[in-house]
Amino acid sequence: MKVDLTVNGSAMSADVEPRTLLVHLIRDDLDLTGTNVGCDTSSCGACTVHVNGESVKSCTMFAVQAQGLEITTIEGMAADDGTLHPMQEAFRQCHGLQCGYCTPGMVMAATSLLKQNPSPSEAEVREGLEGNLCRCTGYHNIVKSVMSAAGGA
Amino acid sequence: MTIGTPMLRKEDPKLLTGEGKFVDDIHVSGELWMGMVRSPMAHAKILSVDVSEALKMPGVHSAYSGADLNGMGLWAAPLPCAWPVTEDMVNPPHFPVAAEYARHVGEIVAVVLADSRYGAADAAEAVIVDFEQLPAVASLDEAVADSKMAHSDLSTNKAYHWALEPDNAAVEAAFANAAHTVTGNFVQQRMIPAAMEPRGVLAVPSPHGGELTLYSASQVPHLLKVLIAATTGLPENKLRVIAPAVGGGFGAKLNVNPDELLAATLSNKLAKPVRWTETRSEAAFSTHQGRGQNQRIELAADADGKVTGCRVHLDADMGAYMMLITPGVPLLGSFLYTGVYDIPAFGFTCDGHFTNLTPTDAYRGAGRPEASYAIERAMDMLAAEMGMDPAELRRRNYIAGGDHFENFTVSSTLAFDSGHYGPNLDKALEMADYDGLRAEQKKRRDAGDAKQLGIGMVTYVEICGLAPSRALGGLNFNSGGWEHATVRMLPTGKVEVVSGSTPHGQGHETSWSQIIATKFGMDPNDVEVLHSDTALSPLGLDTYGSRSLSVGGVAIAMAADKVIEKARLMAAHMFEAAPGDVEYENGSFSVKGTPAKSVHIAELGFGAFLAHDLPDGMEPNLQEQVSFDPPNFAFPFGTHVAVVEIDEGTGNVELLDYIAVDDCGNQVNPLIVEGQVHGGIVQGVGQALFEAAAYDEDGNCQNPSFLDYLVPSPMEMPNIKTDYTYTPSTSNILGVKGVGEAGTIGSAAAVMNAVVDGLSPHGVKDMKMPATPQRVWNAIQGVTV
Ligand code: FES
Ligand code: FES
Repeated sequence: MKVDLTVNGSAMSADVEPRTLLVHLIRDDLDLTGTNVGCDTSSCGACTVHVNGESVKSCTMFAVQAQGLEITTIEGMAADDGTLHPMQEAFRQCHGLQCGYCTPGMVMAATSLLKQNPSPSEAEVREGLEGNLCRCTGYHNIVKSVMSAAGGA
Repeated sequence: MTIGTPMLRKEDPKLLTGEGKFVDDIHVSGELWMGMVRSPMAHAKILSVDVSEALKMPGVHSAYSGADLNGMGLWAAPLPCAWPVTEDMVNPPHFPVAAEYARHVGEIVAVVLADSRYGAADAAEAVIVDFEQLPAVASLDEAVADSKMAHSDLSTNKAYHWALEPDNAAVEAAFANAAHTVTGNFVQQRMIPAAMEPRGVLAVPSPHGGELTLYSASQVPHLLKVLIAATTGLPENKLRVIAPAVGGGFGAKLNVNPDELLAATLSNKLAKPVRWTETRSEAAFSTHQGRGQNQRIELAADADGKVTGCRVHLDADMGAYMMLITPGVPLLGSFLYTGVYDIPAFGFTCDGHFTNLTPTDAYRGAGRPEASYAIERAMDMLAAEMGMDPAELRRRNYIAGGDHFENFTVSSTLAFDSGHYGPNLDKALEMADYDGLRAEQKKRRDAGDAKQLGIGMVTYVEICGLAPSRALGGLNFNSGGWEHATVRMLPTGKVEVVSGSTPHGQGHETSWSQIIATKFGMDPNDVEVLHSDTALSPLGLDTYGSRSLSVGGVAIAMAADKVIEKARLMAAHMFEAAPGDVEYENGSFSVKGTPAKSVHIAELGFGAFLAHDLPDGMEPNLQEQVSFDPPNFAFPFGTHVAVVEIDEGTGNVELLDYIAVDDCGNQVNPLIVEGQVHGGIVQGVGQALFEAAAYDEDGNCQNPSFLDYLVPSPMEMPNIKTDYTYTPSTSNILGVKGVGEAGTIGSAAAVMNAVVDGLSPHGVKDMKMPATPQRVWNAIQGVTV
């Protein structure tokens, strides 16, 4: 089946099986491999992208369901001149990543969290990122990164 | 940004923008996906394997049973176990695909190759395998009982007996004369390591050249290269192993796995790239698990609480087969069961047992968190028995009375490089406001609050910097413990560092650059670190056991010193001075007394490259290499305090506060140290409160996915309060120790000491991990489970 969608501002299309997950379309067909897969039960959040501006675990959608939608992946976050998105920069400043595998999903989830709640409490950040797992950082510096991006720390 | 400064990581921009390439991100044209057909039974005879339906499916290239593969002569040897701990250790042959018997759920019984990720999964499902179910040894307890056999051709499940008994008479005497004794029986449950990046592999052959490049999500590309050659017979000098970006390891990527060997041999045989990435639920079977020990620890103490003897026995669950260091994991802990204490008499024995479960092997800390747990829980039990404050009991028993010491030989026979435990404890107690916490605890107890406080502490010590090669030899571990480094001053004044360490989240590129920046007085951004590719970095022993800095980083510092010495000769030649008159400071050489005339080391690279005017006999180029074999291990330590709130109505345990004062000697990058401490702590907290690989009586893992296997989420963790003391190691020139596993080594016991402390008014003396609400609630009701 053919899907047409907008990814990071560019029109793209691909021919996929109906069962193809959005995350596999993004990774395997569009070769945007920054979006990661960490589980097979929609539990880890490594695959988080923005769909029409809202954060979505891209393993929970079929590729064909993205027909006509606007997707932003981690590759679309930094400015064209390479300047990191403020959330990416906050993760860098606060050592919010180690192996970096959960990071794209964390950054996408955290950006959309701040969009909904621009000045969250620490507890709200933890609650907002509940669906994103990290095995390396113990979350302390991830929470710090998000608070810092929100201007709260 | 020299040694000791919190430089932001050089690794981050790539990883933050999605540019970092993990194995599953790398594609080559014509690649075939492997799909694994796995045993649904824990123990079964394989009667027949029918791949005919799978072969008819579109996009399917081929399919093989274990017998097919054996017939193709692909294996020169079974999967390797590098640590035959005793001469008579039982080590049943283990091949990548089982041909006759499946010995754990998820063991591979056939493999299919197809042209897509989904196609391989479909084809694997179409393979029909006929099994005859056999009785399964579904737990360590069943293995010890020995009434069923995990390997039907063996007459016992016991694989080995290993002892570290320097002086049994002294141990006997300590217990005979003791005023107090305590016995702890602890269970180290099986853990699923759960690095966020699943393991994966991609083998790319060069059909006419005979070379093979293997990408693997591995901590150990160098070991993998040697061992792929040894197990497949492919010539080692035709193999190149690359660990690209690797998404966490925690020991789980320290192995030689069936999938890696299959990808290597099948791609070579078929002259096609072959790949595989495990799914998360598959990882419970395709990647080894951690822990899996029953521990008995006994302490003898005199009337003042001075511990005089310690006796330990372990039963350790090997799982179905010996993987790379499966049998040795308990030995890594054996030397640490006396902890930070001066306990004069010590004895340790361990029996390894086979079960029909996923093999066990290294998991963050490998043996040492288990040891730390046992001694630190036992110290709390002793304190409770004597009615003494646990901090006071610890103080009374610290090596050197808690004062600074160097090169102290403990009764387990190791010489601790350095320690200074007293001030470390003081700092932690002060940060935690220990007295205030105890007062608050008393207040809540007196008021009969629904939510009670528990306060737990540990002072841990760990062995890291694996390892002096001779020490490994003495333990029958078939590997060296050195690490290799090359430091190269390029003609344009930039530096290349080649390291045999293999990072997977630890920020080596940053730390190594800081070491060079310090040595050469230059910008760390002018340093490039080459690693994790056996073609770029041919010599190395990789990353595990908190060894990277204290062995690999030290090797880099030593190689840099050699570069400086060569450059000094060049500078002397240039200044027409005696080398002894040439001084070096912060990158610059000058002649004693005439500091105005100087040359920077970065400027000498070009002269060494031109080689027009080198001192007589000097080789061109400014590069030096070092293989550093450490003279001793390093022994970091620290005190952690955990504060939990127990809801007596529901049994829920909430971690309110966590204080960690660690001492890893000198620090190269405090930011990275802090990150390692945080992550390590949470992994231990996971073991204490949430995680356990659960098996039913047939040996099925009941929680292989992230739906049921509870990796801690951001919600369950508080912020962590950290601070440090600094006691330089005497084992290396940087005075560094290691910190990768420290958090995990301290935290499980700290949290469980807090939980038991909180429940002590109910008469609770111990609790099994994980301390789930159900277990805690039952304990409050007086039911032991
Ligand atoms: S891969 Fe989508 S939630 Fe884990
Ligand atoms: S940084 Fe490794 S999983 Fe989050």
